[in-house]
Amino acid sequence: MRTKTVTFRHKWLPYALIAPQIVITLIFFIWPASQALYQSVLRQDAFGLRTDFVGMANFVRLFADDNYINSFVTTISFSAMVAGFSMGIALIMAIMADRVIRRAMVYRTLLIWPYAVAPAVAGVLWWFLFNPTIGIAAYALDGLGYDWNHYRDGGDAMTLIVVASTWRQVSYNFLFFLAGLQAIPRSLTEAAAIDGAGPVKRFVTIQLPLLSPTVFFLIVVNVVYAFFETFGVVHATTSGGPGQATNILVYKVWRDAFEGLNLGSSAAQSVILMVLVIALTAIQFRYIERKVEY
Amino acid sequence: MSNIQINNVRKTYPGGIDAIRGITLDIADGEFCVLVGPSGCGKSTLLRMIAGLETITDGSVSIGDRVVNDLEPAERDIAMVFQNYALYPHMTVYGNMAYGLKNRGVPKDKIKVMVDEAAATLGLSEFLTRKPAQLSGGQRQRVAMGRAIVRQPQAFLFDEPLSNLDAKLRLKTRVEIRDLQQRLGTTSIYVTHDQMEAMTLADQLVVLNDGAVEQVGTPIDVYNRPASVFVAEFIGSPPMNLMPGEIDESGLVTPAGVVAAPAGVRHGAVTIGIRPEHLHPASDGPLRLKVRVVEHLGASANAHGTVPGHAVEMIASLTGADLPAKGETLGLTVAAENLHLFDPETGRRLH
Ligand SMILES: Nc1ncnc2c1ncn2[C@@H]1O[C@H](COP(=O)(O)OP(=O)(O)OP(=O)(O)O)[C@@H](O)[C@H]1O
Ligand SMILES: [Mg+2]
Repeated sequence: MRTKTVTFRHKWLPYALIAPQIVITLIFFIWPASQALYQSVLRQDAFGLRTDFVGMANFVRLFADDNYINSFVTTISFSAMVAGFSMGIALIMAIMADRVIRRAMVYRTLLIWPYAVAPAVAGVLWWFLFNPTIGIAAYALDGLGYDWNHYRDGGDAMTLIVVASTWRQVSYNFLFFLAGLQAIPRSLTEAAAIDGAGPVKRFVTIQLPLLSPTVFFLIVVNVVYAFFETFGVVHATTSGGPGQATNILVYKVWRDAFEGLNLGSSAAQSVILMVLVIALTAIQFRYIERKVEY
Repeated sequence: MSNIQINNVRKTYPGGIDAIRGITLDIADGEFCVLVGPSGCGKSTLLRMIAGLETITDGSVSIGDRVVNDLEPAERDIAMVFQNYALYPHMTVYGNMAYGLKNRGVPKDKIKVMVDEAAATLGLSEFLTRKPAQLSGGQRQRVAMGRAIVRQPQAFLFDEPLSNLDAKLRLKTRVEIRDLQQRLGTTSIYVTHDQMEAMTLADQLVVLNDGAVEQVGTPIDVYNRPASVFVAEFIGSPPMNLMPGEIDESGLVTPAGVVAAPAGVRHGAVTIGIRPEHLHPASDGPLRLKVRVVEHLGASANAHGTVPGHAVEMIASLTGADLPAKGETLGLTVAAENLHLFDPETGRRLH
């Protein structure tokens, strides 16, 4: 590969150009991250008068805490559902759009809209729809004989945040699946049709294997999304409740810090989340480098 | 019995593009039929309609006396070799060849026997465990062929299968395809825009132009008696010389001189066609050629030039050692039976 070399006349110019990015990274990532690391080994008393160094005690306590383990389990099942549903729905839509490529532009534009909606706004939107007293969706469900109340029923609450988070992610996944499907030469599926494979078999034996790098990439992206970017949705709809039913890890970090005022524990949870996101990103980079696997 | 009948077939693509404007063809059992024509004339479209990859707007296609218009590609019992080979990249060579058999529920041990046999026929035995990406272009082409023959279908359909190979390999593979088809005796339809490939492979040559058949016949027939100016220009290399002329009492008046007219042609304006290899040097010949370039091909040489005093381009294919120099004016003769005369209005042959 050839690399372009740009020569700057002034030595300081390149530094000036990257400075804003560096500053932003420092203020919004490096500094909070280091604060989290620092706080995670400290413990404050309830009144914030004393701060002691406690080593790994915050972490040890976390893993002994049933609430934390539950939150972990909740997050994992939440992520699995969001990734599964959003990818499944997106894949079906992509297959349909791939068939009618003439109007694909229209589909694509319509399907990308949800992605442009900020998570918190999406949350409020779904909160309105499913509000047990004023929500139209809740009303419709009531008409069907289902008494929807995500303030009382943990299952309803989980359903709500899964639906709200999935809805937003479908468009993103759709774009990747559609691009992936269209990158498969049409003659391959035609050859398979002549070779006696029906539409379903063609999909399972030809298109899906060739789509596997996309599938893998999207699994990582969607898990990262469900783990870290759904704070706004949860905050706007269920606030982690009822009880602990939708208290996913990233929400718990915030709740423990700002409602429970347990900074040490919250910081320790942040650090664990950081390790997770770094691990997921590393996995993803490894596979992207290794590229298509056939 | 696996003759293929194409009956007044039409194809109109959405958007009103008439790709095929009514084609009728009869391909006998075991025959090698080549569809040739310039880019965009509808060769692929016709082949894909036979394969079942495009719907048939009008008319009917039968394979082995069975109308297949409404059958799925798989039910037509044909195999197709694509221009880009369309090998399944995630399967091994064995997997590629076995795929169609597996889908048809052939037992595993029988598949192995059939694939091994087809692989041996094509010299692919040592590549069976490789993926397509690990093969050369020529080997991939063979795998595509192998995938076609392993199922022993009623017909082979080829869409420009050699166009991604280099010239030398193309020649070799061409001979192999012909040899294989004759051994297997499977009815074949082969699409190409290369007239050389068409001439050498075909039992029956079909020249297509703009979605319609221009001429059908054996390659020699088509070469010796082109039915139209279009065919005359398309078949043969270097291409046939074409010039305006007129028939009157004195004979055939050409820009280059007057020659004896073939018998039985009406008087009046004509388009004259003379193949370069039918022009023979003769110092007192009736035709004149002012030589601009001489191309040496080894066994022969092509003298390119113009008719003196006219803008008419002419090529003469010469053999022997006595070649003209650049700028020289050459005297040429042509035998009356080697003249092709066409109607200047319709472009159709006059005799
Ligand atoms: N899917 C399609 N939709 C609309 N028009 C099409 C489609 N496929 C082909 N055509 C048109 O039909 C005509 C015939 O196309 P076709 O592919 O059969 O040509 P061809 O003879 O195979 O040419 P080539 O030698 O370049 O492969 C062309 O004018 C082409 O633009
Ligand atoms: Mg074509």
